[in-house]
Amino acid sequence: MALMKVKFDLKKRVKLAQMLWLMYWFSIMAGVLVFSMGLFFKIELRKRSELMDNNESHFVPNILIGVGLLACFLNACGGKICYDSLDSTKFVKWKSILKPFLICCLFFNFLLIVTAAMCFAMRIPLEFTLAEGLKNGMKYYKDTDTPGRCYMKRTLDLMQIEFRCCGNNNYKDWFEIQWVSNRYLDFSSKEVKDRISSNVDGKYLMDGVPFSCCNPSSPRPCIQQQITNNSAHYSYDHYTEELNIWKRGCRDALVSYYGGMMNTIGILVLMVTLLQIAVMIGLQYVNTSLSTLVNPEDPESESEGWILEKTVKETFTDIMANMKAMGKGNQVDEEANEEAVATVS
Amino acid sequence: MVLLKIKFPFQKRVRLAQGLWLLSWVAMFSGAITFAIGVFLKTELHRRSEVMHSMDIHIVPNLLMAVGLASVGINICAGKVCQDSLDTSRFPRWKTFLPPFFCFSVFITSLLLVAMILSFALQPSLEESLKIGLKNGIRFYKDTDTPGRCFQKETIDRLQIEFQCCGNTNYRDWFEVQWISSRYLDFTSKEVKDRVRSNVDGRYLLDGVPFSCCNPASPRPCIQYSLLDNSAHYNYEYQTEELNLYNRGCRQALVSYYMGLMNTIGPCVLFDFLLQMTILVSLRYLQTAMEGVIGQENVEIETEGYILEKGVKETLLETKEKVKKLLQFAQVGDASATTPGTQPDEEKPATA
Repeated sequence: MALMKVKFDLKKRVKLAQMLWLMYWFSIMAGVLVFSMGLFFKIELRKRSELMDNNESHFVPNILIGVGLLACFLNACGGKICYDSLDSTKFVKWKSILKPFLICCLFFNFLLIVTAAMCFAMRIPLEFTLAEGLKNGMKYYKDTDTPGRCYMKRTLDLMQIEFRCCGNNNYKDWFEIQWVSNRYLDFSSKEVKDRISSNVDGKYLMDGVPFSCCNPSSPRPCIQQQITNNSAHYSYDHYTEELNIWKRGCRDALVSYYGGMMNTIGILVLMVTLLQIAVMIGLQYVNTSLSTLVNPEDPESESEGWILEKTVKETFTDIMANMKAMGKGNQVDEEANEEAVATVS
Repeated sequence: MVLLKIKFPFQKRVRLAQGLWLLSWVAMFSGAITFAIGVFLKTELHRRSEVMHSMDIHIVPNLLMAVGLASVGINICAGKVCQDSLDTSRFPRWKTFLPPFFCFSVFITSLLLVAMILSFALQPSLEESLKIGLKNGIRFYKDTDTPGRCFQKETIDRLQIEFQCCGNTNYRDWFEVQWISSRYLDFTSKEVKDRVRSNVDGRYLLDGVPFSCCNPASPRPCIQYSLLDNSAHYNYEYQTEELNLYNRGCRQALVSYYMGLMNTIGPCVLFDFLLQMTILVSLRYLQTAMEGVIGQENVEIETEGYILEKGVKETLLETKEKVKKLLQFAQVGDASATTPGTQPDEEKPATA
């Protein structure tokens, strides 16, 4: 009992081939879209690679780029096959490779589904990379005279301004590191000496944040220094003050930014997968309808098309039987060889 | 003397019609792009409308949008005329429509040139408008509790961050206004009282700037306050310090931004103008060449095409005469409406 059998006359076959050719063109454009999304994602990761400790995995965007290119190639071949299927002389040369081509398409669709799953799952390793990278970035904020780290201050400032965030988890992260370089500290002043002697490592720690943490929506000029000291500023209560500096941590901000991007890409890849499955089924119909012509000489005769020759269960058992037979065949060969060897020796 | 006469054999006419039809499609897209460019420019100007005092400069995007839409219509007509020109039975119906159509199209296309010229000529007006707008913005920076002005602070801060600029002409503009609201000043403290008393208007002026003037590329944490006091900060000299704050004024930054936009748009608009004029000239040739064919039995004869039947001067004189006649007819129409009363009176005495 064939799966989803459909009767085809010449007109229907021609219409199927034409529609399928058009759908292949859309699939090529979808492949280009996947490729460009992979490229875009790769560039976005590169842009912030300093904050990811230069350690981020480019696996997912590379896979997207590869899959996009492969999709373009397979769909171009499929389109050519459809185009030739209307002419029985041209179609003959494709007949032999059509079955392996369809199996290739099937594996490609599995690959697409796996890619989409990876897009959704990449959020977790990204979160860890960002946490580590931001922590180090903040540590090197003051090292604007150290080669290799001199742009960290600018990168962090621009990032905090752009993503409207402050610190790693929140603004208090800035209280735990020295972000003012020693070059700009007057070590003869009492205040500096007090702060340095107040902690074990001799770091100049203070309850202040860089200017890039300031929120422009605040009604009052930004309070960056002595944030936790209510008496240092007129009419100020740091427990109730909400708009002064950004409340969100940069790790959260970046993860939600990249997470959103990856979710969108994952959904698009799933839609492309559906399109690919549709064209694969269409091509199978074209293949079967052209191989079952009632009268092989007459191109206008009727034919039947199906997705699978037998039902799913029977096809599966067939495949298993084939594989077992191949395995047994090898074993029998080996035994025969051993016997031959034994008899010879 | 005919202006720029060209001979048109049948094949050449057909080729002209086909090429023109294709070109009219291209020009239609070009017109749509001009419209889109106008919309984009208008949006960009509107985004910063809070720091602009007058809306004079908006005439440039308005012109571009109007011309873009009109040229789409003109090119659809031109395409239709080309299609019909290949069929001599259908072409005559365009006869009365084409001359006013040409005048209208030439006028619309020349508006593109006007828009380009205006975009350069209005630069001083834009600068003046920005100067006043920014001055007001800086003055009302502290009024975050006054309805209608409560977003000035956010607007100015975001502007300074995005365009990497500080103040109107430079950062010293902030020294001349009180940008800290009195709500956040402790009037019992000596420092505040000193500052308020030190100037005639009783304003709290200081040599400090808002945080949005800070330059992230500076190697040291941003110095916002006591900018002119070298002793207030360790290892600091304001005369040589270049990277601490943005050096550029916001007026100059915005003017360069908009001029840059218009300089990019200029070549596109010029291209559209040239394309449109080419189409109009070719359509005129096609029209005049086809006029020689209408009424003839053999469609494949050679005809002549020209831009103007007589020389430029003569055509202008003729047009003047035509317009005068039209006006005279209008006047005579009025005069004859008033004279019928006198004529029967003259006749009556003759018969009586």
